[in-house]
Amino acid sequence: MIEPTDNNPQRSELVLNMGPHHPSTHGVLRFVVYTDGEIMRRAQPDIGYLHRGIEKIAENKTYPGYMPFTDRINYLEAMFCNQAYAIAIEKILGITPPERAEFLRVIACELNRIASHQVTLGCIAMDLGAFTPFVYLLREREKINDMMEALCGNRLTHNYMRIGGVSADLDDTWLGNLEGFLDHFELILEEFTSLIVYNEILVKRLADVAVICAADAVGYGLVGPNLRASGVNWDCRRDLGYSVYPQLEFDVPLGRGERGTVGDCFERFVVRVEEMKQSCRILRQCLRKLPDGEIQAKVPKMIKAPKAEVYSCVEGARGELGVYVVADGTTKPYRVKWRTGSFSAMSIVEAISRGLMIADLVAVIATLDVIAPETDR
Amino acid sequence: MNPDQLHKRLQEGLGIEIEWSEGPVDPFYLIPSDFWVKAGLFVRDATDLSFEFLRSLCGVDYPDEKSILVVAHLFSYQHKMPLVLKTKIDRDQPKIESLASVWPAACWHERETYDLLGVVFTGNPDLRRILLPEDWVGHPLRKDYQPPNQYHGIPTTRPVVDCDGEQL
Amino acid sequence: MEELSRNIVEALGLNPFWEQVFYALAIIVVAVVVFMAALTIAGLLTYLERRVAGRIQSRVGPNRVGPLGLLQWLADGLKLVMKEDLIPACADRPMFRLAPYAVVVGVFAAFVSVPFGQLLIAADLNVGIIYLLAITSLVSVGVLMSGWASNNKWSLLGGIRSAAQIVSYEVPSALSILSVVLLAGTLSMQGIIQAQGGQEYHAEFWARGGWPWNWFIFHNPFAFIAFFLYFTAAVAEGNRTPFDLPEAESELVSGYNTEYSGMRFAGFFLGEFANIYLMSAVATTLFFGGWQIPGILPEEQASSWSLQLMGLLIFVFKAAIGCFVVIWLRWTLPRLRVDQLMGLCYKYLVPFAFICLGGNAVYILLIKAGSTFDWIVHGAMTLFGFALVVYFFVRVTHHIRLVKDRVDFDILSRGTKKPFDPAVQTRRYGRHRKGARALEITGQQGKEIG
Repeated sequence: MIEPTDNNPQRSELVLNMGPHHPSTHGVLRFVVYTDGEIMRRAQPDIGYLHRGIEKIAENKTYPGYMPFTDRINYLEAMFCNQAYAIAIEKILGITPPERAEFLRVIACELNRIASHQVTLGCIAMDLGAFTPFVYLLREREKINDMMEALCGNRLTHNYMRIGGVSADLDDTWLGNLEGFLDHFELILEEFTSLIVYNEILVKRLADVAVICAADAVGYGLVGPNLRASGVNWDCRRDLGYSVYPQLEFDVPLGRGERGTVGDCFERFVVRVEEMKQSCRILRQCLRKLPDGEIQAKVPKMIKAPKAEVYSCVEGARGELGVYVVADGTTKPYRVKWRTGSFSAMSIVEAISRGLMIADLVAVIATLDVIAPETDR
Repeated sequence: MNPDQLHKRLQEGLGIEIEWSEGPVDPFYLIPSDFWVKAGLFVRDATDLSFEFLRSLCGVDYPDEKSILVVAHLFSYQHKMPLVLKTKIDRDQPKIESLASVWPAACWHERETYDLLGVVFTGNPDLRRILLPEDWVGHPLRKDYQPPNQYHGIPTTRPVVDCDGEQL
Repeated sequence: MEELSRNIVEALGLNPFWEQVFYALAIIVVAVVVFMAALTIAGLLTYLERRVAGRIQSRVGPNRVGPLGLLQWLADGLKLVMKEDLIPACADRPMFRLAPYAVVVGVFAAFVSVPFGQLLIAADLNVGIIYLLAITSLVSVGVLMSGWASNNKWSLLGGIRSAAQIVSYEVPSALSILSVVLLAGTLSMQGIIQAQGGQEYHAEFWARGGWPWNWFIFHNPFAFIAFFLYFTAAVAEGNRTPFDLPEAESELVSGYNTEYSGMRFAGFFLGEFANIYLMSAVATTLFFGGWQIPGILPEEQASSWSLQLMGLLIFVFKAAIGCFVVIWLRWTLPRLRVDQLMGLCYKYLVPFAFICLGGNAVYILLIKAGSTFDWIVHGAMTLFGFALVVYFFVRVTHHIRLVKDRVDFDILSRGTKKPFDPAVQTRRYGRHRKGARALEITGQQGKEIG
């Protein structure tokens, strides 16, 4: 449990201010680290440096006009934020997007998941001192960015989805490119695995570090790969069956305690590698099953949502990405609340930081995959 | 368990009448604020409910009704069902017991709600502003919030200029 | 040099007092030459590091300044010299200023006893290797000073880590060097090289000079292990990945040199790179036969200038390979944690170093140098070493084949199932001239998209 703040540390404690500008705090995070030499007594996260008031902005935007802002919640998983918001509004309006649009959403999201995990895994390796895997993975991410650009014109903040569909269709060339990329990327994943995943130093650095048991993971609201690394068998795609995921076959990788304990940093690392493989599998199925047809359902020009409220969630790269929308019968949302994976991941850091070393804190932040814009919104 | 059964189970467990709405989309249950923590403990611990996952906790401001609704979204991994609990508190004296002892995740969500809406959660172990600076005035997500013109001498607005750089 | 100055004085017919003056002048000239050589080596190494890192990470690296970017290090050095020299307000100013000098002196003074060639050594001290160990200890003093004087907690942590690390790793490093000293029977750098192929029993052509089986690394199994112990410890002493904890970027921002800028930073930076060359040079001297040429005895080499040059090239080449391996390690491996680092030193390296020392001593006692059995051991170890290298290359080619043509994969042209489609190119590069041309060529298709 989190103890009350103590602003008068004991004399033997060294208080380190880690961040907001520090090489390993991805984005702008800050930790107040109370250490005894190399060993931490406590690391207190301080967030909010990237607070842009995205929830407040929603109150002044029309329903479709808010879509570009959802991209900015997390620059690594813009597609998922798009999707969560689109699904929420579609639920309120009672619209079902056409099947082709749903498939396009899944394709875009899974590509985005791969891209996001590439950055995460690369950053984990980089924070542990290995710089090269990061460059290798970013090289591959560049190809995904190219494809995204060809798909919707944007490389990072995609703004691809619309309420009731998607903004652009894709052609056979693009699908051919995707297939080529998958053939290529699966080999790259093998290379990555043999290069770094089971590297003895990396395993030693991550295994048995910062173990989060299943009860803690659920209690602190960890989601996605972090939750699954702790052995909780839950995946929104499979278990809630939104979009066209029920038609697709994929496994949900769980933490197995391969080199240490279930729920340690290494499991969080490996689960993400496995997830990329599953995403490739999903993408291949989508290539086969992609139907012809419309990409946009009929949606009124002026969206006036009825008085209702909805919580919709998707399985983002950082787990359950939820949005709670309260509609009051006007053209603008009354209240929008985003529930993001990084926010809950950050809340557990203080509880698990005791007794770790400073270098471990870096590994913990990296493997929990905390993205500052997402915690601060 | 469908929403109706859930409602019955909640009433039975807490021993009170509970207002609820089947809602156009998500059903929700309005818990009296005195029973807030008790309801939390009940839905977490009852074996046929076991809502062990607090998805999110937030507040919605209703100035017309002079109230703030605190909304907790819960989920049960075991039974694969969601639950939305709400409670209404006074807008001028927003005070409610903290759920941090029930779900540790609530701590930070409550800090955020305190920060952005000014709801005081009694019993929260670390109730400080979380997203905004400690000395920020006001709670932005309140509907009548007026942003300050400046913060420590930093203006919060920029002059509007036309394409020639002339101030409009 | 004494001789040289005496000759000059005699030739000019001056007072013997001038002998001393010329001697001092000669020493200054030599010092400047050694310093400049070390500086150049360190600078070129920074260039090498960036190029190698570039190749490893499928990018190019610096290639603009001078041919192949070879003058990049000069440009960077010049930039650093011209930058403002900042000293933090609350820093311990004298210490802060002094620290880089300690590092630079510690590393560069060691170059005095590096035997680049048989005659190319500034001072062949009779305690050469011990002098080297001693003078490089100044680095840890400098690092600790900079960490303390910066008045920055990250620097302090870096400085403390560094001091602990260097002091600890000096134990296995010195012990493995002792193994070689046992084999060579001398502390002098030239003496150690001489011992690898220059003894009286190295008479036959196949036994003469710098053949691999004469190197101390293949002398016996214990020496073989001692080399790896020395190499690991030296990498750790040089603060290089996987032991770069004092300057672990992701943990300590930049470690002990966080607060330094301009020339003082350049001092630390060059010191680090000069240290890489130094450790490779020492490894070459101790384990790889130094400047010895295969098939040629040191006495023959001394008589010929061309052979001297060849010896120098051989030495530089061997040391460069060592530098390359160190750079390669840095861009491949993650970093250890502080406790693991100390554990590695005291639980593994130190005991093994003692075993090697004992093993070498026993080997010398039991087996007569130059006996048949001795030669068999040398040969077997050499074969074993080459087998390791071959096995390594087989593994590497296996991994390269595994991922096929991966670096040059271009999502928009090669690697696709469909033939190249200029329309896609147009969409991506529409604004550029190349794309504009594609638009004209494709005509109808292009217009549709435009």
